[in-house]
Order: sequence, then structure tokens, then C-alpha cells
Amino acid sequence: MTQRLPLIIFALVMAVIPFVPGVPPFWIVLLDNIGLAALVAMGLVLLTGVGGLTSFGQAAFCGFGAYTTAVLTTAYGLSPWLTLPASLLVSGIAAVLLGLVTVRLSGHYLPLGTIAWGIGLFYLFSKLEFLGRNDGISGIPPLSIGSYKMLSPDAIYYAIWIAVLISALLTMNLLDSRTGRAIRALRRGHVAAEAFGVQTPRAKLLVFIYAAVLAGLSGWLYAHFQRAANPTPFGAQAGIEYLFIAVVGGAGYVWGAVLGAGIVVILKEVLQSYLPYIFGGQSQLETIVFGILLVLLLQLAPTGVWPWLMSRLPLKPGRKTPDTSLKLPARAQAGPTSSVLLHIEKARKQFGGVTAVNDVSFDVNAREIVALIGPNGAGKSTTFNLITGVLTATSGKISVQGKEVENAPPQEVVKLGVSRTFQHVKLVPDMTVLENVAIGAHLRGSSGAVSSMLRLDRADEAGLLAEAARQIERVGLSDQIDQLAGSLSLGQQRIVEIARALCVDPMLLLLDEPAAGLRHMEKQRLAALLRQLRDGGMSVLLVEHDMGFVMDLADRIVVLDFGTKIAEGTPAAIKTNPDVIKAYLGAAA
Amino acid sequence: MSALLSVADVHISYGKVEAVRGVSLEVAGNEIVTIIGANGAGKTTLLNAIMGILPLKGRAAFAGTDLAPLDIEDRVATGLSLVPEHRELFASMNVEDNLELGAFRISKATAATSLEKVYALFPRLKERRKQLAGTLSGGEQQMLAMGRALMGAPKLLMLDEPSLGLAPIIVADIFRIVGELRAAGVSVLLVEQNAQAALRIADRAYVMELGEFVLSGAAKDIASNERVAASYLGFQHEGESAI
Amino acid sequence: MNTTILLFLLQDGITNGAIYALLGLALVLVFAVTRVILIPQGEFVTYGALSYAMLATGQVPGTVQLAVGMGLVAFALDLFFARKALRARLVARSAALNIAFPVGLLAVTYKVAGPTTPMAVNIALALLIVAAIGLFLYRIAFQPIAHTSVLVLLIAAVGCHLALQGLGLVFFGAEGLRGPALSSAAVTAGPLRFTGQSLAVYGLTIAFIVGLWLFFGYTKTGKALRATAVNRLGARLVGIRTSLSGQIAFLLASMIGAISGILIVPITTLYYDTGFLIGLKGFIAAIIGGLVSYPLTAIAAILVGIVEAFSSFYASNFKEVIVFTLILPVLVLRSLAAPAVEEEKD
Repeated sequence: MTQRLPLIIFALVMAVIPFVPGVPPFWIVLLDNIGLAALVAMGLVLLTGVGGLTSFGQAAFCGFGAYTTAVLTTAYGLSPWLTLPASLLVSGIAAVLLGLVTVRLSGHYLPLGTIAWGIGLFYLFSKLEFLGRNDGISGIPPLSIGSYKMLSPDAIYYAIWIAVLISALLTMNLLDSRTGRAIRALRRGHVAAEAFGVQTPRAKLLVFIYAAVLAGLSGWLYAHFQRAANPTPFGAQAGIEYLFIAVVGGAGYVWGAVLGAGIVVILKEVLQSYLPYIFGGQSQLETIVFGILLVLLLQLAPTGVWPWLMSRLPLKPGRKTPDTSLKLPARAQAGPTSSVLLHIEKARKQFGGVTAVNDVSFDVNAREIVALIGPNGAGKSTTFNLITGVLTATSGKISVQGKEVENAPPQEVVKLGVSRTFQHVKLVPDMTVLENVAIGAHLRGSSGAVSSMLRLDRADEAGLLAEAARQIERVGLSDQIDQLAGSLSLGQQRIVEIARALCVDPMLLLLDEPAAGLRHMEKQRLAALLRQLRDGGMSVLLVEHDMGFVMDLADRIVVLDFGTKIAEGTPAAIKTNPDVIKAYLGAAA
Repeated sequence: MSALLSVADVHISYGKVEAVRGVSLEVAGNEIVTIIGANGAGKTTLLNAIMGILPLKGRAAFAGTDLAPLDIEDRVATGLSLVPEHRELFASMNVEDNLELGAFRISKATAATSLEKVYALFPRLKERRKQLAGTLSGGEQQMLAMGRALMGAPKLLMLDEPSLGLAPIIVADIFRIVGELRAAGVSVLLVEQNAQAALRIADRAYVMELGEFVLSGAAKDIASNERVAASYLGFQHEGESAI
Repeated sequence: MNTTILLFLLQDGITNGAIYALLGLALVLVFAVTRVILIPQGEFVTYGALSYAMLATGQVPGTVQLAVGMGLVAFALDLFFARKALRARLVARSAALNIAFPVGLLAVTYKVAGPTTPMAVNIALALLIVAAIGLFLYRIAFQPIAHTSVLVLLIAAVGCHLALQGLGLVFFGAEGLRGPALSSAAVTAGPLRFTGQSLAVYGLTIAFIVGLWLFFGYTKTGKALRATAVNRLGARLVGIRTSLSGQIAFLLASMIGAISGILIVPITTLYYDTGFLIGLKGFIAAIIGGLVSYPLTAIAAILVGIVEAFSSFYASNFKEVIVFTLILPVLVLRSLAAPAVEEEKD
């Protein structure tokens, strides 16, 4: 309940404002505009700040929302309430079509792509006959309840702000859930998320549609607020401004969108109404000042105002401790020791003319720790990527428990009980250890976006968090459970990755340089943990450079050099193998 | 004799976390000094701050010049050079371009002799001089990173984990070359997790733990210190050494 | 369709495309070195074009005063950031670049401006004014936030665009301007007539592409700029001043923008806000070129010009829609061809 308290206070304050005597009607208009902008910016917070997908085209989605209701109410005489689902649907469908094209784009292509179609759509709105070309559509009926028509700014005020508050609530619920974690993991690249079963293209499309629907909602409200729709507010300039609002408020924070909208809308208003008095009637002076202020603000607070404000308030978000008594169903234990768990036969990977993995074959048996060693560039990480489906093999066969993997994507491989850690740690630094580890249990939950928004996912969610907490305890990081992953040392982050991998309830654990950055004592603790896991029925395949650690721990060692397996055997045999000494260990071994 | 690099009571923070606390260190001319310690102890942070990548509180002087007001670029000009942990090569440019840019601050004539010296030190680089840096093997990339730093004719070369991710056999080669640098008049400040190898070639050593130096002295004394042996030489000490 | 129209449209498209190519090249250059997506490129075009047009009528354009003002701010920033270690040499260098240069430019402009000033002088002045603005723009707006994300830089670029466009209205008014042609000569080949102006467009575009290629492939400064683009920290560690690299990139980009403007202002009337749209088309080309490849960008720009010429003939209403959605199929192809492995980046 303490989480909700500020929200309730905010809602009450907003509800009372129109009744405060002496509040100029003009303020209400401003607040209406702030609410409309906040809705769009909230979508951008999720899309850009959380998901890492920058869009300059959100104004176009407002356009879809506004024009849909404009056409349906004026040309076909439909009631505005009936056009609401239609407006949201049209924006959503437009988002699916554009999203399928753009969302897969990596890096800076995405924002650039959105600028292009944002401008393209603006011109389309202004050229289509049935949308009234440049003049747009006027005479849109107001929203009404019974015979009460929301004609004045303070009537539609409630419609707008109820929409804002509900959207904020749903958005926050979504972020604090299984789906939300998957979305938050997107910004750090797709490989880690996919390794735990997250369908990243789908997650990206989901946030893209969500943001577009919020923009469509804003557009629908806008059309009935202005009672007219023309192309100007849906052009590139507006799209840029929405992004600006999100960044000013603090991209990544739901309330940052509301705050940013407030700052920008009021600032623009002040500039537009006062600058001409100060400097005489110079037109467009506000644009100049606005632009300069924008640059200045980014230099002073590049992360936005909301986080800056929060760090100065004594509010600390309350944290719930997961109930570790809740248990998720476990996977069936592995068979007896002799059975082959992972079988690799003549796996080969070529990048252009370079053969990174050259017909490598080896097995990992149940209840066995196997080490993969060799110089950097020998193909160890590539082999990991082939096993886990990050890369597809050029030729060869990889099977898990007799089931051929056949170039399945990572999301399928993890379902077979294969989980991994990464050579370069891939955690989400601004998520807590608990949240990061819970991503590992992604496939063991089932709640989707809608049930998360409506909080129907709580039982499912509690189970996932309990599992995560248990694995964190197992690797000995319980004290750090609520810390941000980015604040841990690199060595600890590697251990967090192991806990995350354990959340899959794997049969085979792939560890890429788990001991790097650990001290002697910590390495011993890690070795003990891995032995304990093996004795519990798990198999481990690890890449490691610390020969002392490897020789001590591994049951068997596979040596790669230039993509080719040069030796395989027990630690004792490897130490004295002349080929290994020549290629890897050196004469002094 | 005044020290080449002298760092006194240095503190370095990331936001509110103090990663290095009250560290003092000296490197003289023609000397190899190593800092050993676990990852996260603050070794890389310290090197980065000396180079100017991170801000530091405290006193740091190089060759008699106060480093505080100098940017990274100016520190390079005073003869200080860093080979960072991630090497930071120009991956899409060839080996020779990388080396040539290493001599960005010095005259063309000096650069030509530098290039010869680097090729003599790393004949492998000469063989691959038209190859793109990004396509080199890990060991070759480390050689190129060191070669690029040496092109600027530094007085002090700071090496951050040169052995990271390399085969033991190549590590041995790299350490041999580091030893040769001293003979060529270049001082070396070496940060290593591979404590045993580092202590073998260093003159003096510092042991770093949780942002502080807990021990310092002649390398051979440190190597025989029981606490160091237990904490850092660990596995390599028990089994046969990797190198 | 008859061949004359076809050839005519092709010629028109290639001429426009060449301009887009110049702008696309500048965008790629700036992005590669500084990671800034140069939205204000369009303002460099209008500033160059309209400064030149005003000078041609004997007036002093307001841009030169802007250059002086921005120079003062840049100088103040230099002093502020070097406040802990103010050395005489540093101050002198900063004063020469940020104060003496624009003030000198202002003095010269006032002295020589007049209806009879030779065209070459007007062109040189317009170029230098815009070059100064570009240089100071980097120093003021981008250098202090050079380490932040592409997104923050992009939004800062948008801010610059808004401010510069607003200032454009102050300097040049809402009325459009046209400038005198560089040459009135013309060559006729079959049904096509090549004006001196369009030949200058082709010539300069090719010269710039070759020039940039030589600059980046064979000069120390060019390689240093490339190195900055590839690895900022690596560049700093060998002593390359990345802020200088950024300033050089902006200097080159603003001059390219100004030249493009001077090349087109005799052909079409330019308004204070026309540059944005022209810049965006260079932008489309740069995106198609992936923001990395110069030749691909040039080819894409020509393509954009040709598509634009044809669509303005056949579907003039939807010209812009077609040009801007042209990018979508290209992006789809790119995303299909994109490698599966993500880059290791933090």
C-alpha cells in the first residue's frame, strides 16, 4: 500500500485543482495539454528509456488515433466512445506494420528509420483527400456522458487525467513483472535475454505497440478536445518534442514522463507569451530560446529531472522480501553417470573465409565437469555459442540428451535444460540482483503482459522471485540481493550470472570464465559449489584460463587451438600431453 | 634520485563508492613495478586515473610535472603511456596504421626509428602489417597494443593485465618482452592478476586489496610472503605452475 | 513516356542527388567522428546560401554577428574548462580561434560588402562565416557532452536545429532569396542542356568524394579522425585530441553544407527553413549508406534525387511520402542481412 500512497495523493490533488477558486481556466488548458503529452511520453519511457528503442515517430501514432475518430465520427456519425477502440486498434495495427519493419533494426538505424517514416506519414496525412489534406477535419463531436457534453477544457480535463493515471498504473505494473523484466533486459542487447527464453523480437514489438497505443489514446483525446484534427501536430517536430519530454523528465521513469510534459509544456507557453513582450514582436524567438535551453539542459542534467529530483528526496522504495518457501516444479533429474548429456559431432563454424571451429567433436556426460581450454581466439566462446544456439553451425551435429538441436534458436535450447553465463558479463546494471536473477526463471513463469498490467500475475511472480532468491542464497550473495547489479564487483557479477543460469533448473551449465576476477578463497568456494552441483546431478562445461583451478576441478579437459581439438583427457594426461604443452601451456609446465 | 612517477595519497571514487583509498606509489627510471591483487581491488581504476581517464584526488606527478591539470592527451605528450585492459585498438584499421597513429605526437623522423624498434621487438607485427587489427589473434592484439604505445617513445609504460585471456605460452613471451623494455630504458608499471609471473620479472611490487595497498616491497620478498602466497599465488603454487 | 522526359528527369534527379550526396557525406563524416546525427546540417545549407545571396545584394548577413557571438561563448567555455591550469599559450590559441577569427571576419565583411563585391569574395566570406559557426557549434553544444549517448547527442542536435532555424528567420526574414549563378555558360548535348551551375554541382561533388577519400586514407589528420571514430579512448591514449577531431569534422561538415547551399540558391529560391528538408534527404541517403560508407551514401543520394524527380513528375502530391518511405524497403533489407551476433558494447 505504501507504494500506492504517492499515486493516490497525486490523483486527489489533480482532482481538486479545477475546484480551487481562482485557478485561471487557462491553467486547466495547460494541464490538459500536459496530460496529452504525458501519455505519449509515457509510451516513450517504456520504448526508449526502458526498452532502449528510440522513436521519433510517436506523433504519427497520435495522428492515427486522432484521424480515426475524426473520420468515423464526422463521416459516419459514430459515437466517440465507439471510436475509442477503433482509434487504439488503428494505432496498434500501424505499430505492428511499422514495428515489423523497424523494430529489428539495431543501434542508430531504429531512430533514423522512425524519423523517416514519421515524416513520410506526416506528408501522407496532409495529402490524403479523405483526411482533408492540409486543412484536416473539423466539427468533431465532443465526448459526452448521457446528455452531458465535455465541451470545456475543465470537462475533458478529467477524461485526460484519468487516462494518464490509469496508463501510469498499468505501465508500472507491467514493468514490475516477468514481462517487464524481459523488456528491461532488452536495452543490454538481446543475447542474454534470449539465452533465458525471452522472445526478444516479440518483446520489442510489444513495447512498440504499447507505446503506439498510448499515443493513439492521446490522439483520440486530442481530437475530441480540439474538436478538429489537422496534420501539423502529428509532424516530425512534434515527434521530436515528445522524445524531448521523455528525456527531460528522465527516460526510464514513468513519472518522468508526466514531469517532463509539465516542464516542456509550461516552458513553451511561458516563452510564447512573454518573450514577445521582452524583445518586441520578433517571431519564432521562442524556438531559439527553446532550442538553446534544450542544449543547456542536456549539458547540466543528461539523465533527466526526475531521477535528479528523486535522489534529493528522502523517499526510499520499499522492498518486499520474496517468500522462499514457494517452490517451482523442478526438472527431472539426469540419468546415471555414464549417459551422454551433450554430444557434439564434427561441429564447424565459418565466418567468411575464417574457420573459427573446425570439426570439433566431444561429449559431456551426466554428472561430469568438463573444461574447455585453449588460447583466446581458439574457438571456445564460439563453441559455446554454437551449443546455445546464438550462432548456427556451418555443419556438424549437436545433440542434448539424444535430441538433435538442429540450429534451434537460444530460446529453444534453454528449454532442453542448457543454461549459460557470458565471458563479458551481461547483466542489466540498473536492475537489482534479484531482478536480474529472476530473468533466469523466465520460462518457468507464464504470465503475459496483460495479466501483469492487471496484477493477475502475483502468484506466478512470487514463485519466480522465490526461486531467484533461493539461487542467490545458494551462490552466497544473499547480502547483495537488493543491490543494483552494476554496483557489484566484476567477480561478484560473474557469480550473479551463475545464479541466473541456475534459475533455469538446468541439466547442463555452461560457464564462460567463471573464475576470472575471483581471489583464491573465492575460487575455492566456486569450485566447491560446482562440485556440489555435479554431485546433485548437474553437468558443467566451463571455459577457464586459470590452469590451477581447471586442473583441480575438471573431470575431463578438452583443448582447442585455432578452432581444432588438439587433445582431450583427464587433467593429469593433459598436463603432460606434448601437443598441449607446445600450443598452450608452454615449456615451463 | 627522484622518482619518474610519484603518486601520493590518492583517492578515486565512482559516484559515492570510493574505489581507491589513500594509495601512494613510486616508479623510478629503469624500473619494473607491479601491482598485484584480485579483480575489483582497484588496480585498473588506479592506472586509469593516473592516465587521466578518471579523476583522482591527491597528488600525482610524472617526470617532475604535476599531472592534475593535464588531459589524457597532454599526459601522453609527457611520456606516460597506458596499454589498457581492453587494448582499445583501432580494429578496422591495419597494423601499420595503428602503429603510425601511436606516434601521433612525435615527429616523422623519430616515428620511423620507433617503427623499426617495434618491429624488431615484435617481428610478428611486421609479418601482419597490412592486416586489420580486429582480425589479429588475442596475443597479436596485445603485442600491437604494446607496440602502439611504444611508438610514442614513452618513458613509462603502464600495462593493464597484459596476460588476460592469453595462452600461457604467449604470456611467457609477453613477459619476456616486458623484461627487455627495462634494458631499453623504459620503465614499466604492470598490473597483473597472474601474480607469480609478474613478481618474477618485477623489481618491486605492491599488493592491493579493496582499494588500498596492504603490502609493498622488493618483488622477491613479496613472492615469498606467506599471506601473499595464500591469497594470490594459490592454485599455481599448489600444482605445477602454469608458466 | 518519351525519352526526352526520361532524360530530363534523370538529369534533374542527378543534379539534386549530387547535392544530397554532399550533405549525406557530411552527415556520415560527423556521425563517424562524433556520433552526432547532424540535424542542423540543413541550417548550414540555408546559412551558406542566404548569406551568399545577401552578400550578393551588398548587405551584411546577420550570420557574421552570430559567428562573433558564438565565438565569445566558445572562448568563455574554453577558459572555464581550463580554469585550473590557465596557460598563456592555451589562452592565446583559444583567443585567436574564437575571437580574432570571427571578429576579423566581421571587419572584413563590413569593409568589403557592397553591390560590386566580386562573386568569389562573397562565396569565400559565406563559406568562412558558416565554417566558423559550425566550428563553434561543436565547441559550445556538443563538446561538453561528447561522452554521452547517441540519443542525448541527437536531441541536442535537434535543439541546435531549432535555435539556428529560429535565428535564420531573424537574419533572413520570411521572404525567400535567390543568389546569382556561378556561371552563365551552358553546354548542350542532344536534348539536354547542362548549365554551368549543374556542371559545378557535379564537379564539386566528385571533388569532395575524392578529396575526402584521400584525406582519410592518406593524411595523418585524416587517419586520426578515423581513429577517433573507431575508438575514442584508443585515440586519446595515443594523444589525439578528440575534441579537436570533432571540431574538424564539424568544420568540414558546415563548409560542405554551405557549399551545397551556394550551389543550389541560384537554381531555386531558398527560405530560412528550406534547409531542413534538403538536409533530411541527404539524411535518407546517409541512412541507406548505413552512416558508414561514403560511396554507398553517394550512390543512394543520387537514387533519392532520381526517385524524387520521377515522383514529382508522376505523383507530385506524394513526392515527399514516396521519398521518405523509400527508406523502409532498404531498412528491411538491411535488417534481414544484419549479422546475428550483437556487438560487444557497454
